[in-house]
Formats: sequence, structure tokens, C-alpha cells
Amino acid sequence: MTDKFDKVPGGPSVADAPVSGPTTVAPETIRAVPVRHYGRWISAVVVIALLAALVYAFSQGNIQWHAVQDKLFDDTVLAGAGRTLMISVLAMVLGVVLGVVLAVMRLSKNPVTSWVAWLYIWFFRGTPVYVQLLLWFNLALVFPILNIPFVYKDEMTDVMTPFMCALLGLGLNEAAYMAEICRAGIQSVDEGQTEASHALGMTQAKTMRRVVLPQALRVIIPPTGNEFINMLKTSSLVYAVTYNELLRSTSQIGSTSYAVMEMLFVASIWYIVMTSIFSVGQYYLERRYARGSLRSLPLTPFQRVKVALTSFSNRPSGGVSA
Amino acid sequence: MTAMVKAEGVHKSFGAAHILKGIDLEVAPREVFCLIGPSGSGKSTFLRCINHLEKINAGRLYVDGDLVGYRQKGDRLHELKDSEVALKRRDIGMVFQRFNLFPHMTAVENVMEAPIQVKGEAKAVARARAERLLDRVGLSDKAGNYPSQLSGGQQQRVAIARALAMEPKLMLFDEPTSALDPELVGDVLDVMRGLAEDGMTMIVVTHEMGFAREVGDALVFMDDGVVVESGHPRDVLTSPQHDRTKSFLSKVL
Repeated sequence: MTDKFDKVPGGPSVADAPVSGPTTVAPETIRAVPVRHYGRWISAVVVIALLAALVYAFSQGNIQWHAVQDKLFDDTVLAGAGRTLMISVLAMVLGVVLGVVLAVMRLSKNPVTSWVAWLYIWFFRGTPVYVQLLLWFNLALVFPILNIPFVYKDEMTDVMTPFMCALLGLGLNEAAYMAEICRAGIQSVDEGQTEASHALGMTQAKTMRRVVLPQALRVIIPPTGNEFINMLKTSSLVYAVTYNELLRSTSQIGSTSYAVMEMLFVASIWYIVMTSIFSVGQYYLERRYARGSLRSLPLTPFQRVKVALTSFSNRPSGGVSA
Repeated sequence: MTAMVKAEGVHKSFGAAHILKGIDLEVAPREVFCLIGPSGSGKSTFLRCINHLEKINAGRLYVDGDLVGYRQKGDRLHELKDSEVALKRRDIGMVFQRFNLFPHMTAVENVMEAPIQVKGEAKAVARARAERLLDRVGLSDKAGNYPSQLSGGQQQRVAIARALAMEPKLMLFDEPTSALDPELVGDVLDVMRGLAEDGMTMIVVTHEMGFAREVGDALVFMDDGVVVESGHPRDVLTSPQHDRTKSFLSKVL
């Protein structure tokens, strides 16, 4: 490759430009012939060909795209998507609150509470969430009457509405996972932090609230975001307990209108819209809790666009060729 | 005048490891009291007993005349509640080898935290004092920085300011310069020297023999959980009496 340079008299063209200053000569910029990545070209062509074949297959398939378009903003579908969102948020709230309680119980010095928390996590992580949903749904078979002495008494079937089954099934299952996430977060905080806080005269509770938890959150938030995005999708399982969420409402339209696949596409579009929106939210949340752990925060997408725009306009006139 | 700190036959074990084997010493008010000794000799453990971060197994430990961690009723000791222990710790500042600043708070927030949370002080009052203290340790321009944006020496000076914010009557320093690069040690020692001149009672676990000789009023050499030798720093450091002290000093001086 060096042969090529030698054959060009006077060297690279840019460095060749006359330098006005008499003393300093700018270091010669290397302009080597780059390595050719033939493998990359080949793999790119193969991947694009496969993608084209997939698109072609779908274009030839017996798909009524207008049905997808028509039903995307159908009232029933929107109501189903709303319920999916609602049950996911509520189940997550239940999971987080109960998860924190379980994590604290698990870490407590009291062996009884610690053991009970362990048992809870063992059961709810050890059985499939689908089975748990069905257990709640069929609870009336073993307990026909819900009776909390002096507080509440009613028919179990009246209490265990599809909504309650969905909420308890998803929320209690989530709590077991959140408990482990919270425990890992709390344990990740350096012991020196607790000591420093105690040495300043802060009580256990204050230390937990002001020093340990804010730092634990940095570890807890990212997996919790994942859990929530997972929850949005797992919530489709509550189909089984006849709760009218997104999948169930689209499927009902599908089975009556014979547009089964089309309605599954509609459901998929809404799921992907929801998960995408919350993924963006998660990014900003993680960024906020990274304060103090990174010397400088990474730019947000908007800031990056702004920087790109300003640096574009600030570029020397020769840099931008119209 | 009552001693600021008084130890009578203090023992401490961690499981089978017997760390402190009967410590007797007294620290007078306004005194700079240096603790030296090889690592593992128990000096840090003793320091941590003074503010009850560690529970002693035997003996008695008093701070400003009050028993540490217990209340005496008749001839029985009652353990203090968490909140009562916290109350006592307000008056004892502590500076750690590894700084232990709160990484999610800026320098000034670190200094404001305890007065607001523990004493219920108004934010403006706490901030004014925090800024004054940061100025005193030479870091008024770093108030808004997070600990990760500060050098080790700067972090340690913020940590000193944080401890001073509670207006303690006693300051404990646990090898405050051991985790620092050599060129950063001086700044921290200067701040400590200033504190000593202002009459703060200080107990300093240190390997800085120069500081001990220059600033210290009393010095104790500990080895294997016992006090081997004590006296004025100049005397102990220049003409040690015990062989163990001699061999330790020959290695560090």
C-alpha cells in the first residue's frame, strides 16, 4: 500500500496545500486505502434478499390489509388496549409495593418474616403465572364464600371478577420478582454509606429512605422498566380469566369477522406501540437515576439532534458542500 | 474537667477473633489524640466503638461522661434504643478512610443533609452553613459538584465539612489520608491542622507521623489489641521505649 503513496508525487493532496505560517507545518494526515470488507457486503446482500423475500411473501398472502386499517382505531380495540394498559399499571403498582415490603422482610433480622418472604417468593416464582391466574379464577370451587370475620363476607364469584383475577394473578406474581430486584438493589449499596449516615446521627429508617433507597433505585429502575414492558405483554395471558384486554377484544372481532390474522396484527401493532413508548420513558428514568454515578450524563436523543444541528451550522464553510 | 473520651478495659471480638484486649485511655477536651500502630492492631475498631458503630464486649466506654451505647440503672446495663444511639452520635463527627460521601448528592447537599434530616434545621440555614464550611475547607467553587466529579482529596475535605455541619464536640478520623494520592494528602492535613488550632477535640488514626508529631498532643501506639506505649508524640516518636514500638517506627519513618 505504501507503493501507492510513492507513485503520487508530492504526497497527499490536503497536506500539500501551502501553509502560510513559516514555522509550523501541520502533521501530514494519513490517507491510506481502507481495508475492503467483502464479507460485510456479501452478508448485507444476503440479509436484504431474505428481507425482500419476506415482504414479497406477505404481499402475496391472503391478507385484508384494509381490515387492519379499519379496525386499528376501532372503539372495542381501543378499549381493549386501554384495559391492557390499566391492568398492567395496576398490577405493576401492586407488584412494586408488595415487592418492596417483601424485600425488606427478607432482609430483616427477624427470622420469621425473612422466612415467610422467602416462602412467598419461592411459591410465586416457582409456578407459572398462567397457572396462578387459573387458580384465582377457580378459587370459588374451594372457597365458595369469602369470609373475613367482622370485616367482609360475600360470594367468592362476586369478588373474583375477571378484573380481580387478572390484578391478583399478575400483581402477586410480579411482587415475587420485584422483591428479588429490590433486595439486590438494597444490597448493592456500599456498607460505608450506611455507616456514614449512622455516624451523622441518622436513624435506621432515615438512612434507608434518604441514603440507601435513592442509591438502590439506580440498580432497581432498569430491571423494573423491563418488568413493566414484560408485564404489558404478559397481561395478554389474562385472556384466560375472561378479562377483556387487548388480545381478547381483538380476537373476538377476529372470530366474528373471520379476519383472525388481521386482528392479531392489530393487537401486535398496539403492543409494539405501547412497549416502544415505555422504552423511551425508561431511558429518561434511568438517565435521571444515573446522577452522581457518571461524571457526565449521556446526551438524550433530543440533545444529540440539537448538537448535530448546531455543529452542522458551525462547520467551516468548506465542510458542507451543497 | 471530665475526659472527652474515657476507655476502661475495652474488649471487642468478632466471632473468634479477639481484636481489642483491654484498652484503657483518656482523651482530654481540645486534645488532638493520635492512634498509630500496624494494620490489624485494632485502632480503627476502637475508633468505631467510640460512636457505637461497633458494640464492645467488655469494659466501659464514656464520651463526655456518658456511657456509650448503654444506660446504667442500678448495677445493670440497658441497651440504648436505635433512636437514642442516633441522638448521641450527633455530637460525634466521623471521617472515613474511603470518604463515604453520598454519591447521589452534590457536595453542598452532602453537607446540608444531616442538619436538615437529623436536627430539622431550615434549608436556608443549613445551606448557609454548608457554604461557609465548604469555603473553610477550600472548596466553595465545588459546591454543586457530585462526589464522582471531585478528586480524592476534595472528597475527603467535603467529608470533613459534612461531619462539621453537625457541630460536633468530638471528631473521629479513621485513616483520613490513607486512600489519597501523595500530592493530595497535604490539603486534607491542612484542614485538620486548622481544626486543631480552633480547639476541636480530635482522635486521629493515622500513618502520617509528621502530622502526629507536629499537631498531636497525645499519641498512643497500639499493637495486637493493646496499648503498648503512650505519651507526647515527640517523645514516643523520637525515643520509643518498647521494642515493638521501635520496630514499627523503624519501618514507617
